[in-house]
Amino acid sequence: MKKLVVIGNGMAGMRCVEEILKRNADQFEITVFGAEPYGNYNRIMLSPVLSGEKTFDEIVINSPEWYAENKITLHTDAEVTEIDRAAKVVKSANGIEAAYDKLLIATGSEPFIIPVPGKDLDGVISFRDMNDVNVMEEAISQYKNAVVIGGGLLGLEAAYGLQRRGMKATVIHLMDTLMERQLDEAAGFLLKQELEGRGIDVLTGANTKEIIGENGRVKKVCLADGREIAADLVVMAVGIRPNVSLGQSAGLEVERGILVNDQLVTSDADIYSIGECVQHRGDCYGLVAPLYEMGKVLADHITGTDNAYQGSVTSTKLKVSGVDVFSAGDFSGGEACEDIVLRDAARGIYKRVVLKDNKVQGAVLYGDTTDGAWYFQMLKDGQDISDIRDLLIFGQAFASGGGATADPLEAVAALAMDAEICGCNGVCKGDIVTAVNEKGLTTLDEVKAHTKASASCGTCSGLVENLLKVTLGDSYQAQTVKPMCGCTEHTHDEVRAAIVEQGLKSIPEAYQALEWKTPDGCSSCRPAMNYYLLCAWPGEYVDDTQSRYINERAHANIQKDGTYSVVPRMWGGLTNPKELRAIADVAEKFDVKTLKVTGGQRIDLFGIKKEDLPAVWADLNAAGMVSGHAYGKSLRTVKTCVGKEWCRFGTQMSMDLGVQLEKLSWGSYMPHKFKMAVSGCPRNCAEATIKDFGVICVDSGYELHIAGNGGIHVRATDLLCKVASEQEVLEYCGAFVQLYREEARYLERTAPWVERVGLDYIKQIVVEDEAKRKELNARFIYSQKFWQDDPWAKAVNEEAAAREFKPLSAVAAE
Amino acid sequence: MSNWIEVGTVNDIPKLGARVVKSMRGDIAVFRTADDEIFAIVDSCPHSGGPLSQGIVHGKAVACPLHNWNIDLETGDVLDPDHGCARVIPVSSKDGIVRIYVEAEATGTHG
Ligand code: SRM
Ligand SMILES: Cc1cc2nc3c(=O)[nH]c(=O)nc-3n(C[C@H](O)[C@H](O)[C@H](O)COP(=O)(O)OP(=O)(O)OC[C@H]3O[C@@H](n4cnc5c(N)ncnc54)[C@H](O)[C@@H]3O)c2cc1C
Ligand code: SF4
Ligand code: FES
Repeated sequence: MKKLVVIGNGMAGMRCVEEILKRNADQFEITVFGAEPYGNYNRIMLSPVLSGEKTFDEIVINSPEWYAENKITLHTDAEVTEIDRAAKVVKSANGIEAAYDKLLIATGSEPFIIPVPGKDLDGVISFRDMNDVNVMEEAISQYKNAVVIGGGLLGLEAAYGLQRRGMKATVIHLMDTLMERQLDEAAGFLLKQELEGRGIDVLTGANTKEIIGENGRVKKVCLADGREIAADLVVMAVGIRPNVSLGQSAGLEVERGILVNDQLVTSDADIYSIGECVQHRGDCYGLVAPLYEMGKVLADHITGTDNAYQGSVTSTKLKVSGVDVFSAGDFSGGEACEDIVLRDAARGIYKRVVLKDNKVQGAVLYGDTTDGAWYFQMLKDGQDISDIRDLLIFGQAFASGGGATADPLEAVAALAMDAEICGCNGVCKGDIVTAVNEKGLTTLDEVKAHTKASASCGTCSGLVENLLKVTLGDSYQAQTVKPMCGCTEHTHDEVRAAIVEQGLKSIPEAYQALEWKTPDGCSSCRPAMNYYLLCAWPGEYVDDTQSRYINERAHANIQKDGTYSVVPRMWGGLTNPKELRAIADVAEKFDVKTLKVTGGQRIDLFGIKKEDLPAVWADLNAAGMVSGHAYGKSLRTVKTCVGKEWCRFGTQMSMDLGVQLEKLSWGSYMPHKFKMAVSGCPRNCAEATIKDFGVICVDSGYELHIAGNGGIHVRATDLLCKVASEQEVLEYCGAFVQLYREEARYLERTAPWVERVGLDYIKQIVVEDEAKRKELNARFIYSQKFWQDDPWAKAVNEEAAAREFKPLSAVAAE
Repeated sequence: MSNWIEVGTVNDIPKLGARVVKSMRGDIAVFRTADDEIFAIVDSCPHSGGPLSQGIVHGKAVACPLHNWNIDLETGDVLDPDHGCARVIPVSSKDGIVRIYVEAEATGTHG
């Protein structure tokens, strides 16, 4: 097998390797050198990683396993420093050598650093790789002021991300218009206004003179006109320069980039080069679409198919959530050019299409970019638009006779099969429709996986989804899950996933990251969010009592007259004279109006004034009693029947097992209340078959039942399985509870949850998969370390509790 | 005697929470929002007398603990879809000191 060595583990190099493997997986023994410490990731998506909308794991394209599966040797953290063309060997800084038959250079580009004094201070960085994002993350947690030099695509995405994560961002831009190479003045102005509206300061016509530091770290940025801007972090995003140093020192022909021909071959016939580091027919590129195109052509060439790269026309989109900007082609105007402009100030829309000889020459769209792909296609095809000229600016749906309703579905339906949908990956409508029909794809993720459409910058995902709808017609299953509440578009499941994946650790952080529509939520989402966070981060998350319903905040049940009821725990429904005496004493001392045995086998004390609660608890605590959580979305009671100890039919020690189950699980917060019962024989006197977790003892062991409840819609349990020992009962119980805690939606009891996900799913995890069961149980026990702390005793002893239970003051008015 | 009576400091009230001020005419709930705005309302829900001080505060509203009606803290109006009005008490919070306005009239007839 011939040896192929790739220098540069980035987007162009690895896409080309993927293309080669697709064509012929056995032609080469492949070795990849990458200067970064990771597998290949989607560099474009560093912006959403910075802004907190994605995690690094989500943007990994090829994991280490992928390299192994494809028998590729990957050297990470290994910068190649020498190419010995005579010996056909490359050498890395950390001493690795590799011989090649064919070499591919894909070293990308380097950020341009403007040569001002202070550029080497700590806190002055560029925005190119994951390491830069890590440095920014650190600054976010420690500092306030960020200055971004450069108001192009990268700079604005950096400023947006930093601002969104809580820093004060200022953009310094040399020109008078933001993104002046992609936008005209009008669109640049709208963009500036929008960003300023989000709190980002934008200084245009601003020339950086010097960066001043203090103790080695950046302190402020000085402009030529004398203005000074405080800065704890400076991000330089003023442009990129092809990374040619390696090619140069190897003696390849180099101008601005490494020179390549239409087959991507350099001046050495055994060395290829693609990506941002090359110069082809005089052009260097800085977007992925052309690089992917190069990758395809080179893969064809290497594997023996004739193909030639002809250069690319590019289009740009800005990835700032909620700001739609599209630009393509040339709109500098000039002779024989005509402009068609549409402005809709109320909707914040600006569209401009530049025509020359009845052909689209360029387009700038602000506020509504749905027709971007359509204009771009006409531009690339050089299509004569005389027939639709009058309607052109109103967009495709209109121009193709779709009428006044700019229905996005009709617009997609009207697209030609060769219309490009995903600009980054060059995927047209036809490719997607074919894949959907032939492979039976039904979701956006599947389409992404099969066609790569929307897999890079992601801005076309709405379009792809609409295309999926149009293609599948009635069989398209829209997501019917409802948002959590009016404060958000996200569903419970999305929120839970985001908390874990994005490492969100507080309610304000979660609201920010998930773009909540209200400043502090509502009485429906705040308790849910509080629960999701405490479940996700045991021991770490600080419970937010103001986000709890009054019963959980006061550790007692509010009654219709504003007084409270108190239910001490009676383990397994068992009690003793000492407890009963203490309850009787409390009842007399605090003038308890009603004493009642509850349906949950314990005693309820009614009519207690809020101010008296801590004193009541202190007395009950003194007799060894703790909170019964009769108020909580948490473990309530474990009812038992008398069982083998006394009953003539009893088969096992049901009382004792009930106590053990209660000791295991008390104190734990859950999506909804959770009740258990243990019956000593199938006569089932403890009603275990209408409990969330019920145990029915039999001669040979224990039947475990789940997902029952009383209430308006009585539901009898499903049989989960049968086990032989008490130890197993406890383990299965812990695992089931934890699965429920981690996966059910807030206020979803086990019955509807199990009906939704299916009994088989629960069985698969809790019964069939021993490892998963043990992990779940271990997580439950870990979490319990932090919650098995009597909230009553805490409230009695805590200063802060005084605030909850005492009036602020008393005024003697009148 | 001034009608403005000092009842405590802003910091005595939890953010997104409330405390009760006892008065001869019944309890008054004093609320604090996330932005430290202070509001005061008679501590009785127009629906069925629920203690509003025990509800969840969000934005400039409180959700009653008994049946989840939402009450606008500024106006006392019950928010959609329910209807009604709770009585607002004038309140001030200069320099972190919370004062409420108590009408010292003789007739004792108000809304
Ligand atoms: C006190 C008690 C009635 C009694 O005097 O016996 C009771 C009282 C309340 N139950 Fe219950 N339930 C009580 C045992 C039960 C039982 C019996 C049992 O646990 O074996 C059931 C049927 C079993 C079940 O839960 O599936 C029961 C099913 C309900 C339901 C329906 C639950 C469902 O999922 O459909 C509700 C309504 C709800 O939670 O939304 C409810 C709600 C309530 C509330 C919380 C109503 C409310 O919102 O105020 C009552 C609180 C009273 C208070 O302030 O203490 N209560 N409730 C019992 C307390 C048990 C304990 O020691 O903690
Ligand atoms: C924040 C950000 C946002 C972007 N957004 C978009 C967008 O929305 N749309 C778009 O089309 N493009 C976007 N781009 C540009 C796009 O990411 C690049 O065009 C693309 O990554 C270039 O691919 P490449 O393989 O040429 O270079 P790279 O992806 O940079 O890969 C080069 C790799 O080679 C490694 N390397 C360099 N020298 C050596 C050496 N001597 N030895 C070993 N390894 C070496 C580097 O460490 C790097 O990992 C964005 C870029 C950034 C930084
Ligand atoms: S059955 Fe109805 S009235 Fe009785 S305690 Fe339960 S909720 Fe209250
Ligand atoms: S008493 Fe307030 S909502 Fe019913």
